[in-house]
Amino acid sequence: MTEVLVLIDAPDGKVTKPSLELLTIARRIGEPSAIVFGSADNGVLAEYGAEKIYTYDDSAYSDYLVGPKAEAIAQLVGETSPAAVLVAASTEGKEISARVALKTQAGWIGDAVDVQADGGTITTTQSVFAGNFTVQSQITQGAPVISIKPNSTAPEAVAGAGAVEAKTADISDAAKTAKITSSKEKAASGRPELTEAAIVVSGGRGTGGDFTEVEAFADSLGAAVGASRAAVDSGWYPHTFQVGQTGKTVSPQLYVANGISGAIQHRAGMQTSKTIVAVNKDDEAPIFELVDFGVVGDLKAVLPQATEAVKQRKG
Amino acid sequence: MTKIVVAVKYVPDATADRTFSADNTVDRAGVDGLLSELDEYAVEQALQVVEAGEGEVVVLTVGPDDAADAVRKALQMGADAGIHVQDDAIHGSDAFATSAILAAAIEKVGDYDLLFFGMASTDAGLGVVPTLVAERLGLPAVTYASEITVDGETVTIRRDGDVATQEIEATGKLVVSVTDQTGEARYPSFKGIMAAKKKPVEEWTLADLGVDAASVGLDNAWTKVESFEPRPPRTAGEIVTDEGDGGTKLVDFLASKKFV
Repeated sequence: MTEVLVLIDAPDGKVTKPSLELLTIARRIGEPSAIVFGSADNGVLAEYGAEKIYTYDDSAYSDYLVGPKAEAIAQLVGETSPAAVLVAASTEGKEISARVALKTQAGWIGDAVDVQADGGTITTTQSVFAGNFTVQSQITQGAPVISIKPNSTAPEAVAGAGAVEAKTADISDAAKTAKITSSKEKAASGRPELTEAAIVVSGGRGTGGDFTEVEAFADSLGAAVGASRAAVDSGWYPHTFQVGQTGKTVSPQLYVANGISGAIQHRAGMQTSKTIVAVNKDDEAPIFELVDFGVVGDLKAVLPQATEAVKQRKG
Repeated sequence: MTKIVVAVKYVPDATADRTFSADNTVDRAGVDGLLSELDEYAVEQALQVVEAGEGEVVVLTVGPDDAADAVRKALQMGADAGIHVQDDAIHGSDAFATSAILAAAIEKVGDYDLLFFGMASTDAGLGVVPTLVAERLGLPAVTYASEITVDGETVTIRRDGDVATQEIEATGKLVVSVTDQTGEARYPSFKGIMAAKKKPVEEWTLADLGVDAASVGLDNAWTKVESFEPRPPRTAGEIVTDEGDGGTKLVDFLASKKFV
């Protein structure tokens, strides 16, 4: 079995769920080898199938943009000749992977929602045009470098050897020209991360600027909170939480749209959700064309009642 | 004196019925196109940088005949000059080949200081071309900029990420991709529309750029689209009207799907 390199994201050492999903997908192709910049919980990586764990420790990886990480991974590809390189389709993941693909002269796939291996052939699935089409692609040159969206599979625990190997890489001066001079952590909301959450409850123009009911319902379900562009542009909710073409693309098990009409810009960010529910006063809102269940009504009345009902069921 | 090259894309209108052609490429002929809305923010930021000091904004596009419309729109907004790279061999080029063509055109421009891009196109939307162009030119790329400040040689950029807000400082040539959070893009004024007619637009072919036609286009891509299919239409769901029990019914549905 050949190695499959998997870039691990582990803020403060805690391995993210999308990283575990990558390890699970890697096992379809070969033997997962984790790449860790800084440190991660190696026990968790082994538990989810990492046979090897390559660790890199150098301040260059955190002081500069993606350049140093991309150089290190490209060098590792040269050393290990992997069957594929998998990264999460985050902003940073896409940048690193695109640079690695170019450095290693290999084909690149962005935002894959599925990866299947049949013998030596890897086929990826992407969702395009606001989720209206799915596209199957293959890579014709080099070791495929694939960025994969969160929630593309469920992480499965299968023990791997988890052999740790400390590595160093040659970092060029060119990779160190744009310096991160400050980084201010955002206050944690206590809710799951928007793109990783199993349930997303979002609000739009219909909230009238008050997200109290939306947040309360989200919290009763343990969900992340999202917002439409109209709500963000009105200054009602931070841009980080915007779902849509110019915000986040989410694909949760359940998406609940409240007071959101469902314009194409919004659909682009949520149309691939497994189950879609909407609450809207306007029975002709386009969002109702997408839903599995819809309530025509005022979210200010429907959501508080729903929140109570969830709490009662959960006892 | 700051010279900014802004790369823009001509895309099928997102509100039209977008589809694919027989060769599995995006159908760009059967649908009306326009300057990608997200690129307008990059043009706007470039104009603001130049207006705050001294300089020049050159807008660059790669695409078929109609892509000239995207260049024209940017010139109407206030860009000083345009470059349109067009060649039959380009059809079907992926992001990697496109980035090679853009990088070659930018090298031909030569004396630039900054390269601006939109955060992503509104068709493919991968947002990866700025990074690829930077990689080819050996430059850093600051993507998804929310705020750009140019002070002499130093460029300071604020990025609003998911977990942190970063401030990045760079000197020298730099690639920047600009989000829609940077501020509204201006509409062309009547004066701008008239002035655009006199602005120079250069037309370059692959040969002018020294790019080998055999390295771009559909047949030479490193990835190949095997098939595409429309997403199955969602079957009509159940819609109820709230008669004082809408919230309860909603949760009954969620419970039936085991979400509660």
